[in-house]
Amino acid sequence: MLGTGILKGMLETAKNFAGSYHDPARLTTVEYPEQRIASKENARQFPFLVHDTEDPMKGLRCVACQICEKECPPQCIYIVKSKDKRADYKGQMQLYPVTFDIDLSVCMSCQICVEVCPFESIKMDTEFELSNTDRFGGLLVNKHQLAKSNDHYRKIHPSEAAASDAALAVEVAKAQAKAKADVEAKAKAAAEAKAKADAAAAATPVGAVPSAPQPSSPATGPAAAPAA
Amino acid sequence: MAELFAKLDALPVTLKHLLMGLLPGATPEWLVSVVSAVLTITPILAVFPLMFALTTVIERKGLGRIQNRIGPNRVGIPLTDIRLYGFGQFIADGIKSLIKEDVVPRAADKVVHFLAPIALLIPVLLTYSVLPFGKSMVPLDLPQTGLLFFFAVGASTELSVFMAGWSSRNKYSLLGAMRAIAQMVSYEIPLILSSLTVVMITGTLSLTAIVQSQSGVHFGFLHNWHLFTPWGLVGFFLFLTAAAAEANRTPFDLPEAESEIIAGYFTEYSGFKFAIFFLAEYLGLFAMCGLGITLFLGGWLPPLNIAPLTWIPSWCWFLGKLSALIVLFIWLRGTLPRLRTDQLMAFAWKFLLPMTLINLVVAALWYLLRDSLPLYARWPLCFAMLAVPYWLLGRGFEAKFTKREYRYA
Repeated sequence: MLGTGILKGMLETAKNFAGSYHDPARLTTVEYPEQRIASKENARQFPFLVHDTEDPMKGLRCVACQICEKECPPQCIYIVKSKDKRADYKGQMQLYPVTFDIDLSVCMSCQICVEVCPFESIKMDTEFELSNTDRFGGLLVNKHQLAKSNDHYRKIHPSEAAASDAALAVEVAKAQAKAKADVEAKAKAAAEAKAKADAAAAATPVGAVPSAPQPSSPATGPAAAPAA
Repeated sequence: MAELFAKLDALPVTLKHLLMGLLPGATPEWLVSVVSAVLTITPILAVFPLMFALTTVIERKGLGRIQNRIGPNRVGIPLTDIRLYGFGQFIADGIKSLIKEDVVPRAADKVVHFLAPIALLIPVLLTYSVLPFGKSMVPLDLPQTGLLFFFAVGASTELSVFMAGWSSRNKYSLLGAMRAIAQMVSYEIPLILSSLTVVMITGTLSLTAIVQSQSGVHFGFLHNWHLFTPWGLVGFFLFLTAAAAEANRTPFDLPEAESEIIAGYFTEYSGFKFAIFFLAEYLGLFAMCGLGITLFLGGWLPPLNIAPLTWIPSWCWFLGKLSALIVLFIWLRGTLPRLRTDQLMAFAWKFLLPMTLINLVVAALWYLLRDSLPLYARWPLCFAMLAVPYWLLGRGFEAKFTKREYRYA
């Protein structure tokens, strides 16, 4: 009959009206500035630079290789390499960025910089309240603002951070193993050289100069010590 | 106790007499009548626009809840954390429309464009002059022509709607105005015919007399509202439908269909002129609801003639019924989608018009059979005489769902 559809519809809207007062499944609104939902683990917004030590500037993992700068589709990254080198997390001497700027207004949150980085040094942050009152200087984010600790990364992306830490641990282990192997090889080489020299000394007339142990001393020094 | 409430009931009238008594004795006659008129008009101009303001917030909150949202709940007292559940919203909206730039299109007919909102608001306000808001609270009691005055003044809003649409020199405005004219003219007929039944039964056009005629009592407690008769019941719903169309309310809001023609006839209005259109639309709706209350819902009479209900002041009853009807209209707005123009016209001419005509006949029969048939036989008979044509006429309007075939070019 005409009108029954209207009554059915009105019943439905009345249910919605009443339900919105007591049924949280119906009223899903989150009143944002006061109420917040915890961000999803795979949320991403804007990159940050990971550092490992207390002083963010000393512990930056970035080695200024400029791969991200070259790969960035909208070209929003600007890097200036250092003139000197410093030891990285596994003790290798590396360059570091003197300047590392990302233009917030240009970045499109594509995460390509993160994917191309071979040093696990740039990651995506979940911070989304990035508005700024200064639309020129304020939107150019420098390395001091970008640097965030690895603990922060572990907090916002726990599983990704675990994978990253594992990869770094493998790198460190490899470096240590290599250093150890180097030391052993050097020691062995030295021993062999010594034995050879001894044998030669025995064969040759007394007074000949032994020259074997010289190359072993520079090889053991810097590679093994800071790895621990 | 009852005397105290009677005093409360007469409070507006007493207050006016008190203020009139403050005039010095030597005041000329014309000044007395002017002061009297101003004192009558002021509360109407205060109460109903305030009601409009509150309705805009309540409507937005209600629609929000219907759509499982919260609705406006932010604006409260500025510079504090007091939110007032968002009921400061209308003040912010009012200030915004006051300070907004008033843009008039270069090609517009500027005089008519300026006059249209005024020509809309004034007739709408005039309709309030004949509505009885309470016991002996009618601004202008026209014993011969009350209802006629209401419809005559109310019909002139069509002219101002067309003035707005035509003078804007905008195709959407004009389309909206054409739709409005077609709709309002079509629905004016069922509106008047459905109210005519009341005039037939009561034999008067005076709205105060119509309210008085409903004060009789059935079974010792139930008031003799026209809603409780079969022709009144059907007439009331026909009246409400036609009133919704007259007031451009959903589902009959074609003249200002946002998704089709921007804002219809007031597309080219901004700032305070837009606010006046908005205000006039709601005041028109309130006036229509007030008339429906007067004709069918016993005006300012309580539903039951028993002690605590009769103590409540009559104007509270009127405002309460008005609020209930406004809530009903908000509810309908949250439920029904907009009609198509052909559906709108077909519904007016093929359903509402025959139903109102049949209702007239049934009302006449109800009156003629008042002595020869007892109530328990007369009521079902008259109701059946309306229900059968309702069913027959309604068959053509039921949704016919067929499997839709999509054709791709």
